[in-house]
Amino acid sequence: MKIDLEHRQSAHCESGVTSSLLWEASKGKITEPLAFGIGAGLFYAYIPFISINNGPAIAFRTMPGWIFGRTCRSLDIPVIRKKFSSREKAETYLMEQLNAGQPVGCQVGVYYLSYFPKEYRFHFNAHNLIVYGKEGDNYLISDPIMETPTTLTSYELERVRFAKGALAPKGQVYYTKYNGEITDGRIREAIKSGIKRNVFNMLSIPGPFAGVKGIRFTGNKIKGWRDKLGLEKAKLYLAQLVRMQEEIGTGGGGFRYIYAAFLQQAHAYLPQDELLEISKLFTLAGDKWRTAAVHAAGIYKGRIGSQADFDTMGNYLLEIAELEREAFIALKNIKWLT
Amino acid sequence: MKKENVPQDLSALAKITKEVCYATDESGQYVTQLSSGWDVKISALDAAWQDIDGRVAQARQQVIDGKASPILFFMEYRLMDIKLLAQYTGFWQWQIKRHLKPDVFNELSEKKLTLYAEAFNVSIADLKTLTVHEN
Repeated sequence: MKIDLEHRQSAHCESGVTSSLLWEASKGKITEPLAFGIGAGLFYAYIPFISINNGPAIAFRTMPGWIFGRTCRSLDIPVIRKKFSSREKAETYLMEQLNAGQPVGCQVGVYYLSYFPKEYRFHFNAHNLIVYGKEGDNYLISDPIMETPTTLTSYELERVRFAKGALAPKGQVYYTKYNGEITDGRIREAIKSGIKRNVFNMLSIPGPFAGVKGIRFTGNKIKGWRDKLGLEKAKLYLAQLVRMQEEIGTGGGGFRYIYAAFLQQAHAYLPQDELLEISKLFTLAGDKWRTAAVHAAGIYKGRIGSQADFDTMGNYLLEIAELEREAFIALKNIKWLT
Repeated sequence: MKKENVPQDLSALAKITKEVCYATDESGQYVTQLSSGWDVKISALDAAWQDIDGRVAQARQQVIDGKASPILFFMEYRLMDIKLLAQYTGFWQWQIKRHLKPDVFNELSEKKLTLYAEAFNVSIADLKTLTVHEN
């Protein structure tokens, strides 16, 4: 059994799944950048007391699951989301939905994802994909990271749906049943509320670890890594920062380019030229994140590694923090005409 | 980033899929462009794996020297820590710490070994002999 679903490759898994699941209802209007922006996907957080793979936990995007939830809620679309304690019940429920012709979003762990190359398999549990059918023992999978649709055996799918560890998916499935129309007016309001929420997340979240303050915090921290951790460990930390920023599913530049694309697309609904100007600031921010990554690579490849090089690296982040602060203040100050 | 600057270095992922990147075209408009990888990320991932390989080798040596049980080796090999292993096996963390001692490990029941073998996705025989089959 196979549900009619067009596989769409995207840069980021959750905004891609969101866009695909809403594709028909929105007649293709909810593109990946729109889903990312309406879902207020852009974020930054440095979580000092959690370590992932023996390195710092750094996030460039919002909490897993929130992009889909916020996008649907902003568009007034009901969200159905379920977690399971029993593997049998999880599979039965999935089959029921598929039999009813409903493609379903799943949160999975990537460690045992058989079609991923081994080098990319870590215990990361917030990957998203769509299940849209079953043939024999194979589930038909539309993984937004992949160019083409793929499959997982029922055993393989169960294993990744019940991966353990931080953000354990617990067989989580989510989808939406919506056959009404998504009007341009509704999209306009959703864009505005998405921007507002993102402004809050980056400028006003309390504490020093999140938003633009978090970027600044990390910048200052990096300057001390060489002394505090020793060169070898400091190198690994920088490599980890770059991986969080650039590895599969970011669209490059730590999601800043997707956000810049979102502002351009938002301009089609809200034709105010500030949006285009601010979009350029996010392009600049993305470029700067990448320049910083090139510098970091110089350090973790061992080409450079003096304290001055770490200071330069830290200063890049301070510059980025300032740039993103300006960009979000500009977004905050937009007077909407409609 | 401009479309023509989207890097095309050959990463391990490129054998399986290219990645979507957002970049600007001649008129500054955002479009998507496929990338086969970027040297900067490839080397970041390499750095992480070098570190892991080092830890796996060290764990193997500790097992061979009789200072740790095979659980340590497979834990490093499967990129797990004690907390994660506890969640996969259902043991308490203090139990796993005990099982890391070779003497305690050698006395483990078949049932307990099965739990470890399943968590590491190996057979019990391979678990005991540090045998790794790629999968």
